[in-house]
Amino acid sequence: MFSNLYRQCLVEKHFVYNLFPLCKWSQCFASSQPELATESTIQAFEEPEKRSIKLEQRFIYPEFLPDPKIEWRNSIRERLERQDMLKRRSQIEIPEFYVGTIMAVTSFTPHSTSKKNRFLGICIQRKGCGLRATFVLRNIIDNLGTEVAYHLYDPTIEKIEVIRLEKRLDDELFYLRDALPEYSTFPLDMEPVILPDNTPIPVNTTQVILKPRPWVGRWERTDFKGINREHMMTLISDKMKMQIAKHQKPWEKYDLMKQYRATIPEEEQKEIFAEVYSQLHQLELGKKKSKRIRTFVKPKKSA
Amino acid sequence: MSFSNIFLRPFHTSKECYHIIKMSRLRVVDNSEIGRRAMAEGKPPKCIHVYNKKGVGTIGDKVLVAILGEKKKGILVGVKKHQPPRVPKFDTNNIVLIDDTGTPLGNRIHVPIPVMLRTILKEKTFAKGVDYTKILAIASRFV
Repeated sequence: MFSNLYRQCLVEKHFVYNLFPLCKWSQCFASSQPELATESTIQAFEEPEKRSIKLEQRFIYPEFLPDPKIEWRNSIRERLERQDMLKRRSQIEIPEFYVGTIMAVTSFTPHSTSKKNRFLGICIQRKGCGLRATFVLRNIIDNLGTEVAYHLYDPTIEKIEVIRLEKRLDDELFYLRDALPEYSTFPLDMEPVILPDNTPIPVNTTQVILKPRPWVGRWERTDFKGINREHMMTLISDKMKMQIAKHQKPWEKYDLMKQYRATIPEEEQKEIFAEVYSQLHQLELGKKKSKRIRTFVKPKKSA
Repeated sequence: MSFSNIFLRPFHTSKECYHIIKMSRLRVVDNSEIGRRAMAEGKPPKCIHVYNKKGVGTIGDKVLVAILGEKKKGILVGVKKHQPPRVPKFDTNNIVLIDDTGTPLGNRIHVPIPVMLRTILKEKTFAKGVDYTKILAIASRFV
């Protein structure tokens, strides 16, 4: 909400400041101005591409934003952490992933004879800021649900592969623990699916069917879109149905202070991503280059 | 919520920790005769003692269980409670039944077991004492 207000102010400011340069530009540009309030028009005014890239990065690199809790903020520590993260990223390729993406992590372990351990699963949670960023993978192996949490910047991780890049409808998928096993079963030798460049991330809209109770969470009181609600209602008692309304918090979406405390302001986000943008961009370019080299296959002579 | 409601509640509202303590129900994951029968009859073993100083069992700990009216010892090979990074967390609390010399009663484990168990069990094994490493030999898969 605050960011919206801020954007409104920004639009007005831009409108005033940019009237003059606007006039200097071509007529057709000026004629397409009526829908001023949209974000795209702001981008058109100042730093045409950079701005949109920077704001998009909060989804791709959420761990670069610090924890919004004010007591825990420390600008020097945050900056040092960001440098360390970039250093780590120059050592191993940490791909873009979201909750719902199927990933495989190879890590070093002193316990096994091969000294390596690979785990494949669906990402059910991604949280934490800075070097403490973690993600949790879940898979059902031999009919037993298995979950492994990893630190994203763990030095013992050798390789992070994205097997199928996609998003789900929710920010965390802990309800998969109570869903039927087919929703979190993935073969360990799954082939990676490569998306063509510049395609939007596909959103997987499956709605899972839950097992009968007992559950690990009160899913009927949540509003996860990835749960088949109709089926869930058949599994709960009448008393539980009555209590759903009692536990809802419809006022929370109007709580501006709560929202403010849970997010990093837009100005700060831009500042942070401006600081790391060039290095991240370099890393991405290098990644693309190495990928091209890897995909090149020497043609075989026929006959 | 009214004031009286708080005092009338017969249950606690904090999230469960899935600790393995005395009276916790466990799941036998090997193919020993008694273990299979207990799981098939719907009478999973009950933990009646955890052999460590804390009284809360975790991966690699020895437990004493009551199973079908008998007392047996078992090794925890996978737990439900929250685990540190890179340690697998399972959907059930799994045990493998052993006898007093550490030899497993079954000859096959049909679920994945954590890799770290290799090191843990080797550390707990002494030259002329109990040999726990026989469990590792009957495991089918490590994660």
